[in-house]
Amino acid sequence: MTVRITVDREACQGYGQCVFEAEDLFHLDDTNTSVAAVDVPETRRVDAERAADVCPMQAITVA
Amino acid sequence: MSDVVVVGGGLGALRTAESLRANGHAGPITVVGDEPHLPYTRPPLSKEALRDGIDVSSLAFRRKPSVDDVTWRLGAPVASSDLAARTVTLADGTALPFDGLVVASGIRPRRLPIPGPQAGRHVLRTSEDAKRIRALLAPGARVVIMGAGFIGCEVAATARGLGADVAVVALDEEPMVRPLGTELGAAMRRRHEHRGVHFHLGHTVDAFLGDERVRSVSLSDGTELPADLVIEAVGSVPNTEWLAGNGLDLSDGVLVDSAMQVATDLAPVVAVGDVSRHPHALFGDVPRRIEHWSVPTETGRRAGATLAALLAGDEPDRGPFTAMPSFWSDQYDHQLQSFGMPGIADRIEVVDGAPDEPCIVEYHDDSGLVGVVGVDRTRDLAPYRTRLMGRSLS
Repeated sequence: MTVRITVDREACQGYGQCVFEAEDLFHLDDTNTSVAAVDVPETRRVDAERAADVCPMQAITVA
Repeated sequence: MSDVVVVGGGLGALRTAESLRANGHAGPITVVGDEPHLPYTRPPLSKEALRDGIDVSSLAFRRKPSVDDVTWRLGAPVASSDLAARTVTLADGTALPFDGLVVASGIRPRRLPIPGPQAGRHVLRTSEDAKRIRALLAPGARVVIMGAGFIGCEVAATARGLGADVAVVALDEEPMVRPLGTELGAAMRRRHEHRGVHFHLGHTVDAFLGDERVRSVSLSDGTELPADLVIEAVGSVPNTEWLAGNGLDLSDGVLVDSAMQVATDLAPVVAVGDVSRHPHALFGDVPRRIEHWSVPTETGRRAGATLAALLAGDEPDRGPFTAMPSFWSDQYDHQLQSFGMPGIADRIEVVDGAPDEPCIVEYHDDSGLVGVVGVDRTRDLAPYRTRLMGRSLS
């Protein structure tokens, strides 16, 4: 089982809260927009959901 | 099965409900909120919602499936509570019994008693507030903003972007001076002045002038500023009146311990978000209310675990609360990001860049680094956050 993390790059405003919550799952690219590790093990679901929770723009989906 | 009532319908309510479920509470949860909307995110209210107009439904938080069975009683202000009887009474007289109570009633904008006409005075807290202000922010509209904190400054930036004529009146010596300090506050003022905002600092509004509605404001130095609308952003008041009469410490919000539990033997009660005055182990353990966007999520997680344990007859985890305070602010194309508690510092140092350019500023007190602020340097702040997380627990 893997967890799929997606970032709505139109919605992302580069606040970086996801990066600070889960540095190994997200980073800000050169345009200050969040990029997520796409498929991660089920064991990382909680971390991915925490990062989604702290996104002020609700731009992160964890499925 | 235990009944939980959550008073307040914002982010703190949602995160606490989710945490109750994640921590095994299977009983009914009823959320009562005075606003008619499901929990929604407020930061865009001072920016996108004023600039572009936004339907509140597009601001709604996604809700985890675990809270699908939560009852939302919206548009239902709470009047009072009786912890001994374990009931909350709504303004319409309905009494809701509970076994566990979550205080998530938040804050409201502070209003100052200022003489003169009252029509034309606005605050910005809800989506309805944003709609009303947006309708008036036309090019050339003369806007007087009272208060130079984050909301005042963000609204000033948005209003300038819409072509309004903007004056900011505040008693403080510089905008955002308490969190940022004078040097960075002054640099932010210059960014605003460069965009055409006029500051009247060190002054208060003595009176509103006009017949039916505000036409101008009179300042403490005698200056008269024409005003088509006034936006008041002079701080907030915790919504705790409904808890009066229960013997609680309500001196500034609701005092809780590190588990977010309210000190009372009458009932299991937790408090979250803007209204919760909680100790923070990384910063001296002095209980503080922190009005940052991240606080409802962090306190809600903890409070949900605490209340689920109490209702199950278990002792909750009362270990230190160490969630990192964090705020950000967008003004024009500038992005401020902070970690820690810069506002408690007594020594401030620009460690990278310059205040009028992208920069990183460190905030220290006797205990060492207590906060960091980056201006247009968000991507470079992770090491500072790590350093702050590593502060020894007091």
